[in-house]
Amino acid sequence: MKYLCLVYSNENALHDLPDSPHDSECQAYAESLHASGRMLAAEALQPVQSATTVRSRNGKVSLTDGPFAETKEQLAGFYLIEANDLDEAIEVAAGIPAARVGSVEVRPTRELATDAPFQAARTADS
Amino acid sequence: MTSIDRDVRQTIDAVYREHSRQVLATLIRLLRDFELAEEALHDAFTAAMAQWPRDGIPANPRAWLVSTGRFRAIDRLRRRARFDSSLAEIAYQLELECSTETVDDTSVADDALRLIFTCCHPALPLDGQVAMTLREVCGLTTEEVARAFLTSPSTLAQRIVRAKAKIRDAGIPYHLPEPDALIERLDGVLRVIYLVFNEGYSASFGDTLIRTDMSCEAIRLGRLLYDLLPEPEVAGLLALMLLQESRRDARTTPTGELILLHEQERTLWNRELIDEGSSLVERALSSRRFGPYALQAAIAAVHAEAPSAEATDWEQIIGLYDVLMRITPSPVVALNRAVAIAMRDGPGVGLSLIDALMAGGELGDYHLAHAARADLYRRQGRLEHARESYRQALSLVQQGPERRFLERRLTELEHG
Repeated sequence: MKYLCLVYSNENALHDLPDSPHDSECQAYAESLHASGRMLAAEALQPVQSATTVRSRNGKVSLTDGPFAETKEQLAGFYLIEANDLDEAIEVAAGIPAARVGSVEVRPTRELATDAPFQAARTADS
Repeated sequence: MTSIDRDVRQTIDAVYREHSRQVLATLIRLLRDFELAEEALHDAFTAAMAQWPRDGIPANPRAWLVSTGRFRAIDRLRRRARFDSSLAEIAYQLELECSTETVDDTSVADDALRLIFTCCHPALPLDGQVAMTLREVCGLTTEEVARAFLTSPSTLAQRIVRAKAKIRDAGIPYHLPEPDALIERLDGVLRVIYLVFNEGYSASFGDTLIRTDMSCEAIRLGRLLYDLLPEPEVAGLLALMLLQESRRDARTTPTGELILLHEQERTLWNRELIDEGSSLVERALSSRRFGPYALQAAIAAVHAEAPSAEATDWEQIIGLYDVLMRITPSPVVALNRAVAIAMRDGPGVGLSLIDALMAGGELGDYHLAHAARADLYRRQGRLEHARESYRQALSLVQQGPERRFLERRLTELEHG
């Protein structure tokens, strides 16, 4: 199964706590996941003030400055991993260095339904 | 119905009572799906009703039921595959496994344990863990569980549907935790069992007698778990439940009024449960890997073994509370320790300990802290202080029988 591990933390404190991880530690953890074959993708994110929220309604695109929702803890990065089950995914999440100062939400991904008409349309497009 | 039919029918009923949960646990492992396994269990027993009277009872009924249930489940998947093609692949996979996996007695025991750990997985909400354990491990109906927890069957059914959906969608595994995680995960399982027990135990004062069944279910779960996983803390929890249960007949009046430990008629205590509980405590303590459940059970055992309230070995009880404070310090443990010290050294010493605890800011809202102070003042003869403390306890108490107990005490002081 694929799981997305969303790393949340208070941005202002993320780097200043006694337990705060250094980039080198995060890098090393990502590499160890690669080596174990569990890593699909991982990135750290710029602070939320760099965020732009996009909506498309009736073909019209609107933009807002900032994140989708103002929260006490912000999305700081993510890992997309491959794991056999939730226990394995939890083990990976618990090892993420930022879990010491923030929280990691573990979510299984969902297979999109592949109903025939939509597939046909897609084939026609390509 | 012929008499042979009746005999077979009775055998099937007995097999159902004894083995249906084990068969279900194995089917969940083999089919990797709770719903499908439940349907398969039902199909297997339906098939037994049709075939056993004709063909005789199989040599190993449990293995017969597992294998019949498994094939019926594969049939079901095949029929559904006509509407959902993804199921054909699953059915094929399950069929391939039939030739490689056999069901022996060790895997059956492991299956029961797997089922417990899956139902009590910490990724499920606590109420979902409790509902799943009672429903899947104990085999209670949704209506029975709902009645025990004073909720509607539809609320409870919702909880079970959500828990099963989370198990399926989040990939909660159907396996035993790795050895290094086992003890930690075991804590969660023990908590669920003790919660079920307390639901029966504390509710048993008259209000809803049916809920005492929950204590029996919890003890049954404790025995099952101890059978499968003889860890010291499992022994500790089982002992604690047995020792508390041993006092059931003595702890309330026939009208459901609460009777405190030192005023209970000790001949009403169930010696058989006490003996079983005490020997489990000894086993747990001698392992040296005991935890809070074994220690609480040990305290209960000291009380249980005292021939009278006056003959209680307070020295030993205080020693056990000291150890309990070291491994799981909490204001409530500290309060109980203070009350035990008051029994040994007198009410004045206990009062100053409790006052110091309450000055620490905790326990202020805990009715039993005020009730304990009231009792100590009463024993000192400082009746105005005692009345004041009983009133404070009364303003915080939630449960009917405890409230009536405190009211009785207060009335005695006001008129006595």
